[in-house]
Amino acid sequence: MVNIAELEQDLYPKTHDVKLRPGDLVRVHVRITEGEKSRIQVFEGTVIRIRRGGPRTTFTVRKVSFGVGVERIFPLHSPWLEKIEVRRRNKVRRAKLYYLRSRRGKAARLKEIRQPRK
Amino acid sequence: MANLNPGLIARKVGMTQIYDDNGQVIPVTVVETGRNVVVAVKRADGPDGYDAIQLGFGTQKPHRVNRPMRGHFARAGVEPVRWLREIRVTAERAAELKPGDRLGPDDVFAEGDVVDVVGTSKGRGFAGVMKRHGFRGFLRTHGTHEYFRHGGSIGTRLTPGMVLKGKRMAGHMGAARVTIQNLRVVKVDAERGLLFIKGGIPGPNGGQVLVRKAVKKH
Repeated sequence: MVNIAELEQDLYPKTHDVKLRPGDLVRVHVRITEGEKSRIQVFEGTVIRIRRGGPRTTFTVRKVSFGVGVERIFPLHSPWLEKIEVRRRNKVRRAKLYYLRSRRGKAARLKEIRQPRK
Repeated sequence: MANLNPGLIARKVGMTQIYDDNGQVIPVTVVETGRNVVVAVKRADGPDGYDAIQLGFGTQKPHRVNRPMRGHFARAGVEPVRWLREIRVTAERAAELKPGDRLGPDDVFAEGDVVDVVGTSKGRGFAGVMKRHGFRGFLRTHGTHEYFRHGGSIGTRLTPGMVLKGKRMAGHMGAARVTIQNLRVVKVDAERGLLFIKGGIPGPNGGQVLVRKAVKKH
């Protein structure tokens, strides 16, 4: 008997072995295909939301570009995503950082979690 | 004309989503066909007078199989199965199959095929008119009294003096045979005996469905 939960595990091998957390500053490498050509575009910003759901997991990245807030939602397992780099891990106290939308400049800063040096 | 399109019995596994080559998400229903077994073949020139095959799917515990059925399975030389279903086939198809043959998903379907899926919809019990027929009900406020989900008037007065036939009212809903037509087969997994069909299909997970080449697009 095949079970849908087990099947999903097989269908989605852990493509991105990153442990994303809200507040992370990430660089998402997205493959863009324009006609015949394809190239990689990098979207860098803060993870403000992770909607977990096994293979349906998505995350939202927010950045401020030329004074305009831009948010993109990525499916974690999308074949378009080449790579996800975590640049900086910030200390946050909630799972959804929607409050960042109403802040700009200094008020929108987050404090980094410092790892002890080994 | 009877529907002679090839098909298989399947078990609905559930829904998920997969990505196509362009990276687009496709909502799919996974069904397990395993390898259906041909339990009987009926021929137009035989005692039955028409061409059909009886397909079997699943396993059944021996104590759940009664004696007449045990004989039926023994005659075909197959293990008892949980589900049996007969489908009409063309004369040529009936000629090439014999009891004991097994049909996997890749024998019948290929990626890109268009199929119809027959199943039994989930039972909703005795449902009111809002759920069953999509009536709008009444205002939740402005003094509505004990009338929120009613259907309103069901007719007029002395003319015609009766409720018209076919008037949509509350009643039993679901648990009926439903056919969803023209669904696309996105992927065939012969090894695990699975079909990935785009879109939803009737019935609960674990329910029996019949997957058949589409009547309208075959």
